[in-house]
Amino acid sequence: MIEARGITKIYPDGTRALENINFEVQNGESCAVIGPSGCGKTTLLLIFSGILEPTAGKVLIEGKDLTSPSQELALIFQDYGLFPWKTVYENVSLGLQLRGFGKRERTEIVSSLLKELGLQGFETNYPKQLSGGMQQRVAFARALALNPRILLMDEPLSSLDALTREHLQNLLLRLWKQKGMTMLLVTHSIEEAVFLGKKVIVLSPRPGRVIKTITNPYMGDVQYRTTEVFFEKCREVRQSLDGGAI
Amino acid sequence: MQGSKAEPRWWSYLIAALAIYGIWHALSVLLNSIALPTPLTVLFAFIAGLKKDLISHLLISTFRIACGITLAFSLAVPVGLLCHERSVDKFVAPLIYMLYPIPHIVLLPVIILLFGIGDLSKIIMIEIIVFFQILVTTRDASRNISTNYFYPLLSMGARGREIYEHVIIPVCIPKILTAMRISVGTSIAVLFFVESFATTHGLGYLIMDAWSRANYPDLYAAIVMMALLGFGIYLMLDRIEKRVCRWVYI
Ligand SMILES: Nc1ncnc2c1ncn2[C@@H]1O[C@H](COP(=O)(O)OP(=O)(O)OP(=O)(O)O)[C@@H](O)[C@H]1O
Ligand SMILES: [Mg+2]
Repeated sequence: MIEARGITKIYPDGTRALENINFEVQNGESCAVIGPSGCGKTTLLLIFSGILEPTAGKVLIEGKDLTSPSQELALIFQDYGLFPWKTVYENVSLGLQLRGFGKRERTEIVSSLLKELGLQGFETNYPKQLSGGMQQRVAFARALALNPRILLMDEPLSSLDALTREHLQNLLLRLWKQKGMTMLLVTHSIEEAVFLGKKVIVLSPRPGRVIKTITNPYMGDVQYRTTEVFFEKCREVRQSLDGGAI
Repeated sequence: MQGSKAEPRWWSYLIAALAIYGIWHALSVLLNSIALPTPLTVLFAFIAGLKKDLISHLLISTFRIACGITLAFSLAVPVGLLCHERSVDKFVAPLIYMLYPIPHIVLLPVIILLFGIGDLSKIIMIEIIVFFQILVTTRDASRNISTNYFYPLLSMGARGREIYEHVIIPVCIPKILTAMRISVGTSIAVLFFVESFATTHGLGYLIMDAWSRANYPDLYAAIVMMALLGFGIYLMLDRIEKRVCRWVYI
């Protein structure tokens, strides 16, 4: 279980980004965080990943304080995750290299992942030579290479066109179900939050506070998108967002 | 070939050389002065020079400039990269701000007093000037790396040396090489200056010597050789840049 306990973040310049954030995500659960631009979503993820220290409060992973980047945790960003000076192969195997995996093992893990994500044959390409959707799949592969139990994502699909986006949402759903990871997804798309979050946490405008936690028990199927329940949930999320803005 | 980043081909160099030849020829005919011989006359002097000592002077000049640039590179790059750390930059930044704007060539008398009039003082003079050009660029580059590159790396647990290896150095290399390419012109000018007195070797000496003998074809032959030296170094750095920073040029 990962828990946010009273997290408050005030940047050195006085910007109050987050205020007393409390929630938890169960093991194997997927949780979407949604909120207006600038409400502190990225800040929250950086704190969860152990890169940024909260001003007050703490993150607990399995009840233990998180103090530095955790081995069990992988992070995916919007459009700046990949290193343009590394090939697809080098990007994906970087985490394994840093954790001291041998060359043979690395090749094995990376090629099976690339195959799984439909990136076979692009090993020696540079990110610049790939489409946005493919680049984001490389970023997924890089995060998954470490076989994380917890996957943190900051608007991973927001720079993609609608079709690719839906395609990768399905991919994420499949990966989540298949690997049983705990997922924490930051997004500002209501549909995405409802499609991918078993729990949707709605944040207020800056400084971000939790205004509502919406449970979304029927998610988990690709067809969910077309159901009446889905639209109903989207409406519920939209209403809470609007409520926070007033 | 793809538009903007396409390299000039060999024939485009040929066309440029022919154009320079044509303009030079036209000017010398128009001016009709012994101070500007025709390129053909210079070509003959150049070939005659090759049979005499032009090559050995070229080699000495190449040695001095190569040592100067190499030394500058190997000192400036580590310092510039380490300026990424605030604790290092705190000490280096004020030094750069105070020392960079002064024209370092005025240090020549001091350098000669300290290191004699041999090759060493010439190399050090080139080194000092190129050092600052590379240092300033490297420092700027290493201090302005988007945090977006660090987050994913940090989240994978990288620290210290690994951050340099995977982010800081790759980001800075293209800028360092560009700085070096730009500093070739300066270093050739300094080379000429330090070779123009108190020595009997090097292309700078050859130019001054031909000038004092009023042998203009020889003068131009030496100038052409110096230009070729600059061109050669520039091309070499360009090649290295294309190879090392392949990801920039695809
Ligand atoms: N390093 C920083 N120093 C000072 N203020 C910062 C810093 N980083 C972010 N902020 C401020 O903190 C607030 C929250 O930023 P954050 O990036 O977490 O928002 P966000 O919810 O991710 O926004 P978006 O939806 O646009 O990505 C913003 O007002 C931002 O300007
Ligand atoms: Mg953000």
